[in-house]
Amino acid sequence: MKFLGKHRWLLLALGLGIASVTAQVQAANEQYFPLQSYRIGPYAAGGSGFFGGFIDYLQYVNAKEGGVNGVKFTWSECETEYVVEKGVECYERLKKGLNGAPAAATNPLSVGIAYATLERSTADKLPLITINHGRTDSTDGSVFPYAFPLQLNPYSEVSAIVNYIATQSGGLDKLKGKKIVTLYHGSPYGKETSPILELLAKKYGFELTLLEVPHPGNEQQSQWLTIRRIKPDWVILRGWGVMNPVALKTAQKTGFPANHIIGNIWSNSEDDAAPAGSAAKGFISITTHPSGTSFPVLQGINQYVIKAGKGNLQDPKRFGNVYYNLGVVNGILNVEAVRVAQAKFGKRPLTGEEVRWGFENLKLDDKRLTELGALGLVQPLKLSCADHEGGGAVRFQQWDGSKWNVISEWVQADRQLLRPIIEKSSHEYAKEKGITPRDCSKETVAAK
Amino acid sequence: MNFFLEVFTGGLLAGVMYSLVAIGFVLIYKASGVFNFAQGSMVLFAALTFVSLVERGIPFWGAFAITLITMAVLAWLIEVLVLRQLVNRSPITLFMATLGLSYIVEGLAQAVWGAQVHALDIGINDEPYEVFGILLSQFDLFAAGIAGGLVALLGFLFNKTRIGISLRAVADDQLAALAVGIKLQRLWLIVWAVAGFVGLVAGILWGARVGVQFSLSLIVLKALPVLIIGGFTSIEGAIVGGLIVGASEKLAEVFIGPLIGGGIENWFPYVLAMLFLLVRPYGLFGDKAIERV
Repeated sequence: MKFLGKHRWLLLALGLGIASVTAQVQAANEQYFPLQSYRIGPYAAGGSGFFGGFIDYLQYVNAKEGGVNGVKFTWSECETEYVVEKGVECYERLKKGLNGAPAAATNPLSVGIAYATLERSTADKLPLITINHGRTDSTDGSVFPYAFPLQLNPYSEVSAIVNYIATQSGGLDKLKGKKIVTLYHGSPYGKETSPILELLAKKYGFELTLLEVPHPGNEQQSQWLTIRRIKPDWVILRGWGVMNPVALKTAQKTGFPANHIIGNIWSNSEDDAAPAGSAAKGFISITTHPSGTSFPVLQGINQYVIKAGKGNLQDPKRFGNVYYNLGVVNGILNVEAVRVAQAKFGKRPLTGEEVRWGFENLKLDDKRLTELGALGLVQPLKLSCADHEGGGAVRFQQWDGSKWNVISEWVQADRQLLRPIIEKSSHEYAKEKGITPRDCSKETVAAK
Repeated sequence: MNFFLEVFTGGLLAGVMYSLVAIGFVLIYKASGVFNFAQGSMVLFAALTFVSLVERGIPFWGAFAITLITMAVLAWLIEVLVLRQLVNRSPITLFMATLGLSYIVEGLAQAVWGAQVHALDIGINDEPYEVFGILLSQFDLFAAGIAGGLVALLGFLFNKTRIGISLRAVADDQLAALAVGIKLQRLWLIVWAVAGFVGLVAGILWGARVGVQFSLSLIVLKALPVLIIGGFTSIEGAIVGGLIVGASEKLAEVFIGPLIGGGIENWFPYVLAMLFLLVRPYGLFGDKAIERV
């Protein structure tokens, strides 16, 4: 006891040292995801659902498979409140990894933060994942090697919506003379698609009116009275957060039918429609993934994570909603990229540069999606050096007053039309920044 | 002309909603000379508490009463932990305290009740009425009625009760009020609790209109120009200011907005407020500050 008393500080230091080494050894076989999440602030509903689904999928892979090839996933969160400055601060704080576990990719779920960290991600060789959003020209991986607007970039999104309107009208030629209003969020995200909408209006001859709703969008009387005066055939709602239910309520107030409003990818959740009550009934929106809990992967998460009391959602009723499922889809794509990269670089924690290769060579066909239990939840996807989007298809869903029902098959964006526009923009960016675009034909050969 | 009238009327009705929030500011400013930046957070806290109780099966009026008690407890905590500690400090110190308070109350509300969006149905259908070709929102008319009732109630409280007379005495001269035995701390508690009640009413109406969610706390930004225009010390001013802000921002957005790219209704009321500051710094109905120099 006397020895213990005399040397207790030495023993304590030794104990701490052992604990620290153990942590490092554990971390040596872990892959880290830095999460610039937002669980408070005006867009917390989207952030908490998305990051909840993402984290629960990582937990599920850890619990069911012990990670990928024995490499477990770890993560930590940094609250951004959807504020760009905070997002950049979080990026800088988390990018170096956690306890020796290297960072795989960043997933800020914010156009503003994505824009602000784009060049940093390239310099730091850390993939920047902007699922269903982000800078459209970052689809061109020859100029933007580290940015991945997975599944659906903003141009594809509006192209698919216009194609859907054409289908409802009886063909693309019937768009001529139609009146379409786009009500957009007053932010870089909201304005992203204005040029392509103008181009599509010119090409197909429809009359386009662009109306901005200042952030956050909790007052839209003037915009909807203007819409009432224009008497459009369709309104495309490019909203976010509170702007969506307010749009639906104000539409009702001004007598515009909800079944002629088409919500974009960030106007498509239960949190967007339900608060509008009866005003949302009939509202149509696009989706890259349905809500629901019947998919085997969701059942697995329920079994391994939710029932084990480890679910990330504060309100378990949100399990399987649109935002949550988007988080799960994002988790699947991130984890599969790590898996693909491990197959090339070895079964160990990977650097961001190696994970980038995994994303660029990601291929999810129906067979693989079935194995993952995500058939019907995730669209088939094939990425490449030239194409960092991979999908470009959406389905349409309609709110029945209490839930979304899918009402269409996959509707594809006109990617052939969009590609030259994307390349023009990406090459202008390359010129401005002095970037020499990669030769993707060589990259593909290297991948083989 | 019909369209102009429709925008104008819609703006007036939207302005009433701003007034509801602005009234809460006026109450606290009248009693203590403090611009309570936390009023928006109090609206959020009240609405989140109310809707969460309703979702747990508590009837409307039960939830209303419990939320009211919660707001009174919150007022008491603010009085004991913040205001009492800052007695005799400069107004800017008190303002900064309420700024900090707003973040604390926002964080507390979301920590307790979560960040998800809640639908709130108070049974008012929002199908529009058409009067001479002009659409009028049923809900906004209802809100205007509530605002009118609230002004009448507060008018009674201020003019016909002992508490009201004490409040007016404190607003006129704190030291003189203390000298004649008015208990300042008790009054502050009452005023903050009444501001909590106003916040609850505003929160329920705004929540029913836009869903109960974080952005309710941002409506404080709409109240500021209302107060500058109407005057910080007048409930009637808050109503008139709200009407002016509501109507002018809608007309500006519809008729001037397209000429300069749109999306101007967030900052237009501030332009108007600045103009008012230049010509009538104490607002339309505010007390003119006279100081001996």
